[in-house]
Amino acid sequence: MVMEDIVKIAEEMVKEQKEISVSEFFEKNRHLLGYDNPTRALLTVVKELVDNSLDATEEARILPRIWVEVKPNGVDRFEVMVKDNGPGLTDKQIPLTLGKLLYGSKFFKLRQSRGTQGIGGSGAILYSQLTTGKPTTIISSIGNGKTSYYELMIDVKKNEPEIVSHKLIEDGKIWHGVKIEMEVEGRYVESRQSVPEYLKQVAIANPYAEIIFEGPNSRLEFLRSVNEMPPLPKEIMPHPHGIELGILRRMLKSTRSRTIASFLTNDFSRIGIGTAKEICNLAGIDPRISPQRLDIGDSEKLFKAMQKVKLIRPPTDCLSPLGEDLITKGLQKEFKAEFYTAVTRPPEVYRGNPFQVEVGVAYGGELPQEGPVKILRFTNRVPLLYQEGDCAITKAIITTDWRRYGLAQSGRSIPVGPAVIMVHLASVWVPYISESKQAIASYPVIIKEIKLALQEVGRQLQRHISGKKRMEMQQRRREIFDRYLPEVANAIAKLTNKKPEPILNKLMSMIKKSTEVIVDGRGKEETGNAG
Amino acid sequence: MVEVKKKLEMLGEDVLNDINAGKNPDIDIPVRSLSNVIYDEKSKQLTLGNKVSKRFLFNVAHAKTFTQTMMIAAFCKELQEEGIHTSLRDLFYALKKTFPNSNENTFDEQSESDPIVVDLEVALDVLREQLHLNADVRGRAAGNLIIEDRGDTIDLSKLGTGGLAIPSNVEDMKFKKVKADYILVLEKNAAFERVHEDKFWQKQNCVLVTSQGQAARGVRRFIQRLSMEFDLPVYVMCDMDAFGFYIYSVIKYGSISLAHVSDRLGTPKAKFLGLTMDDIDNFKLHNFTIKAKEVDIKRAREMLKYEWFKSKEWQRLLKSLIERKIKAELEALSGRGLKFMTETYLPQKIKNEDFLD
Repeated sequence: MVMEDIVKIAEEMVKEQKEISVSEFFEKNRHLLGYDNPTRALLTVVKELVDNSLDATEEARILPRIWVEVKPNGVDRFEVMVKDNGPGLTDKQIPLTLGKLLYGSKFFKLRQSRGTQGIGGSGAILYSQLTTGKPTTIISSIGNGKTSYYELMIDVKKNEPEIVSHKLIEDGKIWHGVKIEMEVEGRYVESRQSVPEYLKQVAIANPYAEIIFEGPNSRLEFLRSVNEMPPLPKEIMPHPHGIELGILRRMLKSTRSRTIASFLTNDFSRIGIGTAKEICNLAGIDPRISPQRLDIGDSEKLFKAMQKVKLIRPPTDCLSPLGEDLITKGLQKEFKAEFYTAVTRPPEVYRGNPFQVEVGVAYGGELPQEGPVKILRFTNRVPLLYQEGDCAITKAIITTDWRRYGLAQSGRSIPVGPAVIMVHLASVWVPYISESKQAIASYPVIIKEIKLALQEVGRQLQRHISGKKRMEMQQRRREIFDRYLPEVANAIAKLTNKKPEPILNKLMSMIKKSTEVIVDGRGKEETGNAG
Repeated sequence: MVEVKKKLEMLGEDVLNDINAGKNPDIDIPVRSLSNVIYDEKSKQLTLGNKVSKRFLFNVAHAKTFTQTMMIAAFCKELQEEGIHTSLRDLFYALKKTFPNSNENTFDEQSESDPIVVDLEVALDVLREQLHLNADVRGRAAGNLIIEDRGDTIDLSKLGTGGLAIPSNVEDMKFKKVKADYILVLEKNAAFERVHEDKFWQKQNCVLVTSQGQAARGVRRFIQRLSMEFDLPVYVMCDMDAFGFYIYSVIKYGSISLAHVSDRLGTPKAKFLGLTMDDIDNFKLHNFTIKAKEVDIKRAREMLKYEWFKSKEWQRLLKSLIERKIKAELEALSGRGLKFMTETYLPQKIKNEDFLD
């Protein structure tokens, strides 16, 4: 189920039964957001808060520094704290941003960012109050010498913030950032799908961020390895071909444009006056009426007309890939390998949504020789830890022939060898297969792009491996000569009644002088007929 | 015939000439696998074809075998010069050492040096005995036979339970007196002792030989000489399984791995006496057969394709083995009584000339 469907269902329910709010709906369907079991819930809480912090710092062009604490409190409860050095939230912003679901400016404008739904932070708060009944503490300052203290809960019936306590203190402390503390039910693990693994992967995809993690068992520090951030992605208006009916209806309701014609030209990319009129004609709608006046039937006609018209592709400057350099540095930071390479593909478009694929590979060195390669999946620099098998990235990897590139692979399976394969998909609208955002849907054009990138790094990997094999071969040859030639010289000397030294010298000089005589041995002795 | 020592020296000269000419030195070794073994219907012998493989020094895959070959050749030359004879095992220990600055040995096991000795035999067209290397000593004989070996006269009818241990080199052995109608070869030592104990050779007037498993060169040459020089028929008795049949065929035709010396070791007129599937049926040995293993069946299938097993009778026997999935050991005859073999089975088979060729 995609986000839009959930919102639609929730909205319908809200409409039909006045007493159910969006918050209430999510309270009852928390599994949709990644809170389905205690282990995953704890990870989701940390993930949502860290994602918000990274988005905020990046947007303000501040090199991120994020503190994460997870402290046990009783058997299955944890105190979670996340603090960042971002721009902070104003005193007024805090309750609305964090105490109300589906609030946020990120909604209709499209930009490549980590969260898009206005659910992340407030979802975590909701989960906390659901499992512990306690409010969440938010402390923030915007660098003006004042600090806001809030204790927040969410009124699930109204989907409104419930302020338990609030203070704004003029303490003269000059700092900026947000600190969120909450208590949640959960289970802490350190496996493949865990808080530390998540943070490690965040550090790989965001090598310009510094992350300090104080866990129940240990402290981990992921240091910054580059001091430059990728450029801030530009916002774009949605492309008509990438929109769904539900979004269109909500846009119609909330737009400030007065006529359908201006709505189409202002709120979408790639629609000019001419195209707007063409769409209205096709839909049989008067371009001069107010967008709010369209009923369900009309908006559906409009939607269909928008899909029919020919349009140029959406602009792609809204994407901000990591770039080959950052990917390589991110991998170098966390894996001790002998070879690193990365490829960033040019942008592509699926259903009106621009996207871009990047792939990095680390090989050899201290990476484990046995077992399948490690796959790291990212969307908009966020690690995906669950639903690996359902993801377009995994599908692209297993349908690539890795034997050609020097890794072992049996049939359509994950290749085997000392390697890490990292795939990053940047897009203004990532098509997840479900709302917990853990697997990318398998659109053919997305799979194709990932495979092209994999093949490109594969070729580089293959060159490295074959070079390595050649080196090993030469090394082996040198050893052979060192080892065997004295015995050969001795034997020839005995057979021919000569001195061994000149024979050995001659043999040694043969190796140095010419490599042509060195036949490449592939095992079998050559067979021919005596003649 | 060129002296063996000279041949070894020529091998060294050839390699040295290559080196002096800046060429990658190589040794030509005739191929000794089934693909290069030819069965000559007329002479009833396995002979070696003319395929050779080149063994290069400067080839990662060949370098070690090349080195080993040269080492063995040099060792054999020393044996010639000093007039010493030694065994394959001695050769292995004499040459086994660790290459300097490595953990690699010149030879890890005797099974590495043995085939290279045969390579040299074939490449230089000399016999192992001529290289002063003794083959395994295996095989025994008893009967109305007096021989002379290294000046000693030995009466094979007066050697007690053990009989004569046949030496690896029987070239210089002289047969002084032979009183026998045929030679009976038994694969197994236990069967040999049983038959010997019953003084079968005396009653039936024959020479008893056991190969004690696969026939060593000495036994084969012994059988060949005795049968040729006194025109004696040879009857071979082996277990009824593919390995037993192959032992018989090696005595008769020569072996795949030593096809180059078949003319010196094979006894084409040897006949297979038993055990056969018909014996199982005719002598009611059904209760004494055992189940054939996968490897027995596989080997029998391979042998179906050998040219020298293409006769109707042999194909029938091999196929029945594969179909019935059973095998029988010589000892199965004891199931019918301890003297069944000497008093019933053997006399009856020989009288009826119930043999496979």
